[in-house]
Amino acid sequence: MAVMEGDLVRQEAAVLARAIAEGEVSAEEVTRAHLDRIEAVDERVHAFLQVTGDAALETARAVDRKRSEGAHLGPLAGVPIAVKDVLTMRGVPTTCGSRVLEGWRPPYDSAVVERLRAADMVILGKTNMDEFAMGSSTEHSAYGPTHNPWDLDRIPGGSGGGSAAALASFEAPLAIGSDTGGSIRQPAAVTGTVGVKPTYGGVSRYGLIALASSLDQAGPCARTVMDTALLHAAIAGHDARDSTSISAPVPDVVAAAQRGDVRGMKIGLVKELGGDGYQAGVSQRFNEAVEILTSLGAEVVEVSCPNFEYALAAYYLILPSEASSNLARFDGMRYGLRVGDDGQHSVEEVMALTREAGFGAEVKRRIMIGTYALSSGYYDAYYGQAQKVRTLITRDFNAAFEKVDVLISPTAPTTAFKIGDKVDDPIAMYLNDIATIPVNLAGNTAMSLPVGLAPEDGLPVGLQIMAPPMADDRLYLVGSALEEALVDRWGHLLIEEAPAL
Amino acid sequence: MSTAHDTVDFAVALAMFEPVLGIETHVELGTNSKMFCSCPTAFGADANTQVCPVCLGLPGSMPVVNRTAVESTIRMGLALNCSIAPWCRFARKNYFYPDMPKDYQISQYDEPLCFDGYLDVTVETDDGPRVFRVEIERVHMEEDTGKLTHAGGTTGRIHGADYSLVDYNRAGIPLIEIVTRTIVGTGSLAPQVAKAYVAELRNLMRALGVSDVRMEEGSLRCDVNVSLNLPGAELGTRSETKNVNSLRSVERAVHSEIERQAAVLTTGGRVIQETRHFHEDTGRSTSGRSKEQAEDYRYFPEPDLVPVAPSEEWIEELRGTLPELPALKRARLQAAWGIGEHELQTIVNAGALELVEAAIADGVDPAAARKWWTGELARIANDRDLELTDLPVTSAQIRRVEELVADGSLNDKLARQVFDGLIAGEGDVDAVVAGRGLAVVSDDSSLLAAIDEALAAQPDVAEKIRGGKVQAAGAIVGAVMKTTRGQADAAKVRALLLERLGVSE
Repeated sequence: MAVMEGDLVRQEAAVLARAIAEGEVSAEEVTRAHLDRIEAVDERVHAFLQVTGDAALETARAVDRKRSEGAHLGPLAGVPIAVKDVLTMRGVPTTCGSRVLEGWRPPYDSAVVERLRAADMVILGKTNMDEFAMGSSTEHSAYGPTHNPWDLDRIPGGSGGGSAAALASFEAPLAIGSDTGGSIRQPAAVTGTVGVKPTYGGVSRYGLIALASSLDQAGPCARTVMDTALLHAAIAGHDARDSTSISAPVPDVVAAAQRGDVRGMKIGLVKELGGDGYQAGVSQRFNEAVEILTSLGAEVVEVSCPNFEYALAAYYLILPSEASSNLARFDGMRYGLRVGDDGQHSVEEVMALTREAGFGAEVKRRIMIGTYALSSGYYDAYYGQAQKVRTLITRDFNAAFEKVDVLISPTAPTTAFKIGDKVDDPIAMYLNDIATIPVNLAGNTAMSLPVGLAPEDGLPVGLQIMAPPMADDRLYLVGSALEEALVDRWGHLLIEEAPAL
Repeated sequence: MSTAHDTVDFAVALAMFEPVLGIETHVELGTNSKMFCSCPTAFGADANTQVCPVCLGLPGSMPVVNRTAVESTIRMGLALNCSIAPWCRFARKNYFYPDMPKDYQISQYDEPLCFDGYLDVTVETDDGPRVFRVEIERVHMEEDTGKLTHAGGTTGRIHGADYSLVDYNRAGIPLIEIVTRTIVGTGSLAPQVAKAYVAELRNLMRALGVSDVRMEEGSLRCDVNVSLNLPGAELGTRSETKNVNSLRSVERAVHSEIERQAAVLTTGGRVIQETRHFHEDTGRSTSGRSKEQAEDYRYFPEPDLVPVAPSEEWIEELRGTLPELPALKRARLQAAWGIGEHELQTIVNAGALELVEAAIADGVDPAAARKWWTGELARIANDRDLELTDLPVTSAQIRRVEELVADGSLNDKLARQVFDGLIAGEGDVDAVVAGRGLAVVSDDSSLLAAIDEALAAQPDVAEKIRGGKVQAAGAIVGAVMKTTRGQADAAKVRALLLERLGVSE
C-alpha cells in the first residue's frame, strides 16, 4: 500500500521520508516538486531570499544514490527544508535580511546546517526575515516583505515570516527559524503552522548570526507537531563550539510526540497573558483549546506570573544592548557592503557611511537604544535593572513550574495584521511579542501550534505551550495530544483550509 | 608642542614633586592556540594565514575559552600573591577600530580572574639594595587585536595614511593584563622601580613558563601612568604613556615624563589627562588622544561565554605546579655562589641569572660565567638591542675562551673580540681566533723591538723610568699594546721593559 496519497508538496515530512526510504518516490522527485512549487508561488509569497535549486537537486540525488546502495537513511533523509537567512551556509549568500551583508558568502556552515546535511536533508534555500531578526512582520526585510499565504495582503509574522510562509504555502515541508522574542512562534501562530523555541542552549548557536546572544535560539518549524519533533531531534544536541550549549542529553521529543498524552498533567493558564489586549477570536479559540485539554484528562489551573508585566520593557533593553554590540562588526571593513571608499573618506567615515546606508530604520533604532542603555552612567538604571527583571521572570516561571507541568497562553494577541498597518508604530509592533518574550528571558522552551481560525477574520490562531528548561518533550506531549483532538474535530490539519495560491 | 623649555631637569623635578606611578602590562601568553579558537599563535607567519571565522569575528562565529590560558592566568595570579575569583565573567569592551574584527574586544571588566596581590622588587641605591612592594590590583584575561600597518602619509598613524594593512594573525592571541595599584614613595627611584617591576614580571613569567616574553616581538607591552604632586598634596593628573616596549624604555619613559610634567607644572600649566605615545628612537613621548572626554567602552558581560568558575581543587592543583619563584631562586643562588647582594643584582639586572646558572652547570668557571654574561656579552646585547638569551653563545664556547686565556694564547681584550666574532657568525672559537688572527704576541724579539721603538719616541718617559718612577712604565706599555694592536700580554711587556731599562719594581 502506498505511503502517500495526493500532491507531493502537501505531504508531511515524516511521510515523505518514509516514502523516500521505501522507494515509493525519489528524493529528487520530491525536491523537484518543491522547487516547482516555489517557482509557481514564491513570486507572490516571497518566502525565499535565495533558492539553491542546483545544490538541492545534487543533494537529493546523493540521497537517492545512498538509498540504492543500501545505506541506512535517517528519519528525515531526502526531505526538503528551508533555512532562515540568519544561519550561515558555506558559499551561499547570507544576508539576515540586511543590505549591510550584501554579497557576503560565508566560508563556513552553521552547526544547524551541518546537522541538516548530516541528516541527509535537502536545503532548498534561505528564507526572508526582518532585518537581523528585528521585527514581528518581516516588513523590516531590506529585500521586501513576505506575504501571508492565508491572505497575501497580510503579514506572515516575524522575524521568521519567510520560514513560516514557506510552510503555509507548501513550498517546503520543514523550515528552520530562530527565536529571540517570538520569531518562530508568532509567525507559526499567524500562518497556522507549528514552531518550537527549544531550551536556550538546546540547539547550537554556532553560525546563527547573533541578534541578542543571551536570547537567541534556533528551532524547528513544520506543519505538524510530529514533523516539528523530528526536526527538533535532528538539530538539537551539544556543540563544543557554542559555550552556552547544554551538554545534557536532548529530551526524547519524538517519543513524546508519538505518545501525545495529557492525562494527569497539570496545565497552568497564565493569568497575565490573556484578556484585555487580546483579539476576541484569539481568546475564543484559545478557550476552546483549554476545554479540549480538560476533556483529554488534563487539569487546567490559573497561574499568576506577576513579573511578566515587565517582560517587554526588560526585553527592549537587553535585546538592543546586546544587538548594539553584536552588530558593531558590520562596519564595511571586512565583508559585505562598503560605502564611501573613494580615497576621500577616513576609516571612521567609511564605517559610518556604510552603517548609515546598510542598516534599516528599525535596526538603527535598536542600536541607538542599546548604545544608550549600555552607556556609562546609564548602565545600572537600564541594562542592570533589566537583568534584575529577568531574574524575577525566571523566578515566576520556577514558581509556576512547581505547581504545574506546562503553562499555556495565546501565542500572539492578534491574528495576522495587514502589511503596512504597524510598520510605523514600533510599540504596536513590539506588543505582538508580549506573550512570547518571557520564555526567551528565562531561557526555557515553548511551542506554538494552530488551534483554529478566528471567527471575525478567518485567520489562524496559535496556542503557546511553555515548559521548563530541558523539558522540551512536554511541549510535544501536550501539543501532539491537542493537535490530534483538533484534527479529529476538523477532519484535517488546519493548514488544509488555507486558500489555494 | 616642543619648546626649548619643555622639560625640567630630573633632579630639579624630584626636588619639587613626588612622582606616582601605575603600570599596566599586557603579556601574550605562550599558548599553542588562540584565546577563543584553535588557530595557532606562532609569531612571524604570513599575514592572515592563522585565522578562522572565530578570530576574524565573522557573523555567527562564537568564542570558546582556551583552558590553558585560564590556567596560565591563575598561575600568574598565584605567583603574584593574588586572590583567585571563584566565579568571574568575560566582558565586551566596545569600540570601533579596524584592528578589532568584532568591533569589540573580549576582556574582563569588574570581575577579574585574579586580584589583590603584590610583587616585591629590588632596586640598587647608593645605600645598597632597596625593596619596594608593588601592589597588584588585578590580573585579567583578554584577546589581542590585529596588527595595523599604515602605508603612506607622514605620521605613521591611521590618519593621513594612504591605506592601511591589517594582519589578523595576532587577533585573538591570549593576553593577560596585569594592573598595579598606584606606586608611591619611590622618589627619584621611580624610573628604576618601574623598570625593576617590569623586569621582575618578566622573570616571573619566564619562570612560570606562561610566556617567553619576547619584548622585541611585542609580547610584553607596557602602559605607564605617571603623575606628580607636591609633597602632602593630593595626587596629580596622570598621563598614560603607551607603546613602552622594552625595559630600557620603561625607565626612560618614566624619567622623561617626570621631566615633562614638572616643566608643565612649574610654568603654571596644567597636566592634562591624555594618552601619550612613546618613541623608542627619541626616548620621548608625544601627545595622543586626550582622555578629557573619557571613551565609553560600554562594557557588559559577554553573553556568548559562560562564567569562569575555577574550583578550589583546581586552584590548589595549579598552585602545586608553581616553580621556584625568582626571588627565592636568587636568594638560593646568591648563597650557593657566595657573592654579595650587589653582584647578584648586577647579574639580575643584566637578565643573566639563568644564563649564568646554566653556564656554571655546564662546567664554566663560576667567576668567568658571571664576568662574561654580565660584562662583554651584556654590552653586545645592549648595543644591538637584543635580549641576552638571543646571543648564540654556548657554555662550551665560554669554556674554550677561558682555556685560551689560561694558557696565555688570548688576553682579555682579544677574548672580547672572540665573542664579537662568535656573535657575528664567524664560526666557533678557534675559527674566530684563526680568522681574525687573534693571538698574543709572545715572541720576545718582536716585543723588544716595539719597546725600543716606544722608548725612542718618548725619551722623557724613558728617563723617568730609569730614574725610578716605575709608575710611568704604563705609557710605554700602552704604546707597545697599541703597535701590537692589543695582541700582546701587557704584564709580559711590562716585565720586558723594566728588564730592558734595568729597573726593578
